[in-house]
This record gives sequence, structure tokens and C-alpha cells, in this order.
Amino acid sequence: MSSADLDGTAAGEAAQAAWAHVEVSRHPDRPYSLDLVQRCLDDFIELHGDRQGGDDAAVVIGLARLGGQPLAVVANQKGRTLEERGKRNFGMAHPEGYRKAQRLFTLAGRLKLPVVSFIDTPGAYPGVAAEERGQAWAIAQTLEAQLALPTPYLAVVIGEGGSGGALATLLADSVLVLEHAFLSVASPEAAAAILFRDAGRKQQAAAALRLEAANLLEWGIADEIVPEPPGGAHNDWDETARLLRPRLEARLQELTSRGFDPARRRERYRRLDGLFSA
Amino acid sequence: MAISPAYARPRTADSGFTCGACQRSFPMAQAAGSLYVCPACGHHSRISAHERIRQLADKGSFQEWDPELAGRDRLGFVDTKAYVDRLAEARQRQQLPDAILTGAASICGHPVGLASFDFGFLGGSLSTAVGERLARAIERSAAELRPFVCVTSSGGARMQEGVFSLMQMAKSVAALHQLAEAHVPFISILADPTMGGSIASFAALGDVILAEPKAMIGFTGARVITQATYEQLPAGFQTSEFHHARGLIDQVVDRRELREVLSRLLAVLGPSAVEGAGRLA
Repeated sequence: MSSADLDGTAAGEAAQAAWAHVEVSRHPDRPYSLDLVQRCLDDFIELHGDRQGGDDAAVVIGLARLGGQPLAVVANQKGRTLEERGKRNFGMAHPEGYRKAQRLFTLAGRLKLPVVSFIDTPGAYPGVAAEERGQAWAIAQTLEAQLALPTPYLAVVIGEGGSGGALATLLADSVLVLEHAFLSVASPEAAAAILFRDAGRKQQAAAALRLEAANLLEWGIADEIVPEPPGGAHNDWDETARLLRPRLEARLQELTSRGFDPARRRERYRRLDGLFSA
Repeated sequence: MAISPAYARPRTADSGFTCGACQRSFPMAQAAGSLYVCPACGHHSRISAHERIRQLADKGSFQEWDPELAGRDRLGFVDTKAYVDRLAEARQRQQLPDAILTGAASICGHPVGLASFDFGFLGGSLSTAVGERLARAIERSAAELRPFVCVTSSGGARMQEGVFSLMQMAKSVAALHQLAEAHVPFISILADPTMGGSIASFAALGDVILAEPKAMIGFTGARVITQATYEQLPAGFQTSEFHHARGLIDQVVDRRELREVLSRLLAVLGPSAVEGAGRLA
């Protein structure tokens, strides 16, 4: 059965709806992390490097304030121009990017700063050099670092949340997802290649994976869906930020005001699928 | 417990065993005696979870944990076949509820928590049930101060469970925190293949990481890398030896020596040390 065979059927409509969601999340004019950092946070100061010999531009780290509260920030960064896309590697990090994130978590723990992460990545970079330098190990260690982070941690998926690369900065106490963003075990293209041996059946794969943001809320993986301007965030960056900022502020306030314990975060991810009683 | 025969005999002819690498044939008894490592070329065939436990655990010592725990089709997933049908077939064929077997065992007299992946069960992929069995085994090992030994053979995420599969990476790492807090060692053994979400979570976090010779290990599979980047793959790319040379794996160990190596590690790291008799307070 090809995609064409699905035209006009219920399955075909589901595939089209799921694919439309993916396309908005990847819209070339969609605000990227730094566009939202600049509009939602105050006094952003970028820091550089993993302190182990690398500075991966696909991951941005820094310090900022929100409503007077100092923060540590980590973000996937895609590029908009051809040159910047190359520099940012389309938001796909090498091991140095994940180690840069780890450095930020360490810094935040030492200085008792809450962390805010912005997620927008197709996934970890699938290349030879990344594998040679321990891509899997870097991601695993970043998962560990997030679950040990001794300060409040807020994540917001603003576009694509692809696979293990997204998970590396997602394991927060509160997870927000923009209305047209998604989180997926694999890109629809990769899933289609695996499941149908045909990357062209990406629409069908997107529907089968049920990767629309609303499902994440229903399943308890996200805590809140943040609305976007009509049609999607690409239509109005300022309005997107105006809708997002108060939600970040409220969630952060909630996390910093209650007694904070990273064991609760580990418990959240231990019990997340809700299928098994303790 | 009843132990099913090794399933990893896709290349058998009659009652013989044919090596998947050099294609030479051996009587099945000889292949079993060499632990399904080719007596001629040393190729390590994939083995079932049951066979792995039979090879590593002291005879009769394995007590399975959570034998009834199984998952379900959360997404109503259908690709070229319904996921429920895939699951039912795999359960029938592999005689397992899902792609991992866990339990208490001893290795040369050293008590351990033992987990063994079954690649024949949907590629040893990470389902919610696999993640839950793994997490429970880790937690129980921590509680009982048993060094945790996990043999991974897994293609990574189980696509049919979507984002729930992805979250098993987080679940396993959350569980490992308990092992660390209890100062109980985790020995991670990487068998062919250990890819994707499995190596990018628990499997890469062993206090000691061992791998079988020439196992394929990596985040992204070679085929996907070539398709995505058109890069030339270096010789021996993503083998155990490749990662060992880059400081990512402690030792590459022949399967026929694995029990002995584990025994020596456990003698240093094992229960007496866990209870504080040897290690710093």
C-alpha cells in the first residue's frame, strides 16, 4: 500500500494531519531557540565549550534571568542561513554538544541555578566522527547528569524533539511543549525506513507514532501544551514569546517555591509509562 | 526453570551448526560446547537470553524475577503487520514474555542480579515491558546488594511503542541511580548488536564495560550513516575493538572466557566488597 492508496481514507486523513503537524514544527520561518531565548529571557549571556576540547555550536549554553530569577540555559540551535545551518549542523549535536550540556548541568548544580532547556533537534548527528568520539556514551552520561541535577529543571520542546538527542535535555521536572512541536522515538523518515523499508511513507509513520503534542499531555510525558499564534509560531515570533514567557515564569516559580528534591524527578521518569504498579 | 534450546541457529542444516561467518559446519554438540563460538574462525553467533544465562550462571542458580510481567500495545500500532500480532508471535517463538530475562543467579559462587537480552525477540528492542523488567532487576539488585550484570543484545528502541520506547532510556538510567546510591557495581556486557537507545542509556553506564569480539555497537547504524552523510566508513567501524581502542570499552572478552573474567571481577567487586569489607567506608 503506497501513500497514494491512502488518499481519501480515514487512515489517509490521519497521515495527512500528522504530517501537517510535523511540517509546522519544521517550518523554515519557525523561531529557533535563540529567537525565543532573546524574547522570553532577560540578560542572556552565552557561554562556550565543554571544557574538554570542544565547542559544538549545535548546542548553546548560557546564563540568563527570568522575572529576576537567575538561570542556566541549554538549547539546541538550528541555523537559518545556509552558512549558519552548516555551523549549527542543523541542530544535530556531536558528543561535544552533549558534554557541553553536561558542563552546564554541573555548573547549575554548583551555583544552585535552576535550568531551562529549549529542545529543537532532528536528533543526535548520525556521522562517523560522532560515533568515533562516543556519541552513545555522551548521550547516556547526559541522561545521568539530568537525573542527578540538584536544582529545579524546566524543559520546553519548541520544534522537533528527535529521539535520544532530544532526550538529552528533556528529563526535567516540568516539560512544556509548544502546540505544533513534537517528540518522537525517531524521525518519521527514519521510522518509515525501519517499519516500511520506505522512507517515503513518512506520513503514515508519523500517524502511527501518534507524535502530535496533545498526545504527550494525555500520556503524562508533557505537563502543558503552550499555544502558538494562529497557524503556528512561524507567523509571529513576538506573539509566540508573549504566550510562552508567562508559562515559563509560572512553572519556574512553582518549581523553585516548593521543596525541591531530584529524587522526585527520577521517580517521574521511573514510573512514566504508568503501565506497571510499583 | 525450564531452559529452551538456543534459538540462534538460523544457519543450521539438519542437526549441525553452520558458522554465519566462515560457513563451516560442526556437529551441534561441538557448537554448544564452544558456546556457539565458531571453533574454526571464532565468530560469536547470537544466542538466546536463556542460552546466555545457561552459559554464565552456576548450574541451577538462576531464579527468574517478574516472570509474569508483560507489556501491551499502547498505541494500537500497525505497520506492515499489527504490533499485537508481532508480540504474540515473538512470545510464542522465543518462549519469553518480552525481549529480556532477569533474575537472581550466582557466577562461580558470586551472587549477582543477572539480565539477559534476547535479540530474537523483536531485535531485543526496548519496550515498556523490557524497560520495566530491567529497572526492577536493577532496583532489586541494589536492594539485595547483588552486583548487577547485564548482557545486552539490542537494536535499540522499539518503534511500535513510539515515545514510550524512547522513555525507557530515562527509566533505566533513573533505576541505575539506586545502584550507584547503594554502591553496588554494574557490569555491562555488550553483545552483538548493542545499538541506538540501548547503548545511549543503561548499557554505556556500566562501572565496567565488557564486549564480545566484533560485536556491532553504536548509536546510529552504519546503513543510516551512509545514507545520511555519504561518508566512507573506516575499517572495523563500530566493532567492539573499535570502541575499545577509543577508551569506551574496558575489555573485549571471548565468550569462552567471559564467565572466568566475570568471576575475577566479582571477586574484587562482589558482595563482600559491597558490604564494606574491602572498600572504603
